[in-house]
Amino acid sequence: MAALTREETEALIQEVLEVYPEQARKDRAKHLAVNDQSLEKSNKCITSNRKSQPGTMTIRGCAYAGSKGVVWGPIKDMIHISHGPVGCGQYSRAGRRNYYVGTTGVNTFGTMNFTSDFQEKDIVFGGDKKLAKIMHEIEQLFPLNKGISIQSECPIGLIGDDIEAVAKKANKEIGKPVVPVRCEGFRGVSQSLGHHIANDAIRDWVLENRDGDESFPTTPYDVAVIGDYNIGGDAWASRTLLEEMGLRVVAQWSGDGTIAEMEKTPKVKLNLIHCYRSMNYIARHMEEKYKIPWIEYNFFGPTKIAESLRKIAALFDETIQEGAERVIAKYQSEYDAVIAKYKPRLLGKRVMLYVGGLRPRHVIGAYEDLGMEVVGTGYEFGHNDDYDRTIKEMGNATLIYDDVTGYEFEEFVKRVKPDLIGSGIKEKYIFQKMGIPFRQMHSWDYSGPYHGYDGFAIFARDMDMTLNNPCWKQVKVPWKKEESPNVAVAAGA
Amino acid sequence: MALRQCAIYGKGGIGKSTTTQNLVSALAELGNSVMIVGCDPKADSTRLILHAKAQTTIMSLAAEAGSVEDLELEDVLKAGYRGIKCVESGGPEPGVGCAGRGVITAINFLEEEGAYDDELDFVFYDVLGDVVCGGFAMPIRENKAQEIYIVCSGEMMAMYAANNIAKGIVKYANSGSVRLAGLICNSRETAREDELISALAAKLGTTMIHFVPRDNVVQRAEIRRMTVIEYEPGAKQAEEYRQLATKIRDNKNFVIPTPITMDELEELMMEFGIIDDVDESIIGVTAAAEAVA
Repeated sequence: MAALTREETEALIQEVLEVYPEQARKDRAKHLAVNDQSLEKSNKCITSNRKSQPGTMTIRGCAYAGSKGVVWGPIKDMIHISHGPVGCGQYSRAGRRNYYVGTTGVNTFGTMNFTSDFQEKDIVFGGDKKLAKIMHEIEQLFPLNKGISIQSECPIGLIGDDIEAVAKKANKEIGKPVVPVRCEGFRGVSQSLGHHIANDAIRDWVLENRDGDESFPTTPYDVAVIGDYNIGGDAWASRTLLEEMGLRVVAQWSGDGTIAEMEKTPKVKLNLIHCYRSMNYIARHMEEKYKIPWIEYNFFGPTKIAESLRKIAALFDETIQEGAERVIAKYQSEYDAVIAKYKPRLLGKRVMLYVGGLRPRHVIGAYEDLGMEVVGTGYEFGHNDDYDRTIKEMGNATLIYDDVTGYEFEEFVKRVKPDLIGSGIKEKYIFQKMGIPFRQMHSWDYSGPYHGYDGFAIFARDMDMTLNNPCWKQVKVPWKKEESPNVAVAAGA
Repeated sequence: MALRQCAIYGKGGIGKSTTTQNLVSALAELGNSVMIVGCDPKADSTRLILHAKAQTTIMSLAAEAGSVEDLELEDVLKAGYRGIKCVESGGPEPGVGCAGRGVITAINFLEEEGAYDDELDFVFYDVLGDVVCGGFAMPIRENKAQEIYIVCSGEMMAMYAANNIAKGIVKYANSGSVRLAGLICNSRETAREDELISALAAKLGTTMIHFVPRDNVVQRAEIRRMTVIEYEPGAKQAEEYRQLATKIRDNKNFVIPTPITMDELEELMMEFGIIDDVDESIIGVTAAAEAVA
């Protein structure tokens, strides 16, 4: 169907808002906007990073999710204790698909759940002693761990345990970094504050560990990859390109990362930021304290990859600049072939996205490389600096929705009728049952990587096999009964 | 001069807030820049400095705004008598919510917002009576208050409380740099009170830093929501608070306390005639049973 005009999109937003009670309507109106590329600042059209309204089926997570799940969890050679009752750690265990190399349970611990399993008595009498004991048990059972982080769940902040004191003592006793993180779930409005708290913990407890130690040999081409969580191997597909152009990747934050890499990061020449939302804080800190510049880049789709490689190379000498051109040229036949194969099958298809940190804007270019158009996008926990960066990427009059509610998302989809939706597991089955092709864009739907040239080939294949899957022709949704005489098929669904 | 952070503890109703505000006023009079952080949901730690109960506590404003991240320092920091900076953590009504978390949130907020600037000479935390949970121990964690003053009197329960607080300090002193800096005796005019508190202080390994006599001018000033220092600078009591302030300013006697056992405490009180010898034979015997015997 044809794209909605600005007036139609505005009318759609008003119509969707109508069902809300007055107060909720006033609040939600600030979070929905029609994109206007002429704007420089998003605060003219959208409000973000505010508390969700009760009852709206928000898709957000909590501060613990932001710290343990996103920032700290992927550091593979540390053990991350989910400090508090058992559920937070157990229900989030191994759910994010941050790939890593190592022998789980021996020298890496990414998919395991360590918890202090708080009971009534720990709430009443405090959990500091238990925590200290757990750390000693960890040392005995998993001696190859390179450090411990303490990820606070809600009760820790309420009963006021002094985990910093426990951490300091344990650090002296076991001689490895022990990092307390005050990421209690009730802090802040979404997982976003958890990212910030986790960044601050790295700043305060890790980053200075090797200050003054010059034993690590550096080169003029040392960089760190910040904010790549190696979902389905993303960071590996990215690292290859950087290394091929002549850079040396000293650290990966934090997908397939180690504590040693984090400690060495203050020695690099440039920080490369992929997920700005979750790690801009530490990049800004390193800029201030260690004078390390940072730059955002985007490794989704050949157009953005080439743009990013050139932008990064421009900050180095000619060797690297030539390297960037060499890399782009080397892979050209590969990505041209991918586009030649899939673009005709995907041309003109329209996509709606609703994801987390960087993808609501970063994947737009990759879809465009395949001839597709993103007609609606939004962030679960973005801030206005994210929307500032989104306005120019999106077409005029497209829909922008912040912290979208279950109801709004469904209604928008019914009207905009996209050919594909990219969002999370909680949204997947609702839209599939509505007969709309869907891809999980947090976990890559158990596929990936999607970063880099290698990832683009997989991305294109996945979008094609989802969108053009013959199963969609078999789905007869109830509200389409009148249009179709094949009622029998629907009855079998 | 480096910033000194002090916390005032003591049994509920002993006069912590009144003593703190008078002593802080005296310190300000001596030319010091001081901040008071009220760590009590009742939010009455700064009333005598501001001439009004603080209406803008950190937690009440945070509840209104949605979260503490939405607040600015100037929203909660008020200057009172002689420029003394006043802030109240605030917290829930009695019987609901979690006041301890309020204290934690408030102190974190002040640190993050840079309330502890280089201009300050002293910060005083006025903390609710008993250290009932981890939240009320927040002011004595590492990098916060390093000097603890306990307000007490010659009454038995006040001394019990002082000894219990000393026990709490030991826990944090062993893992950090917090120290007991002295007992402040806020007189209730009990017998041999100054000697008794001096003796208790000696047992705890510290000193009675000052004996503040009882004087009705304190009440007269309080009715006017003022400290004695401000209300009647020439009063004898004002001089007492000035002496206390000077002693605290010059204090260098910071110790890890040596709390005593219940038996030792009772012995001490017997020695000073606060309680009689414990007659083990009468324990648990009702009046009726005694009449029969």
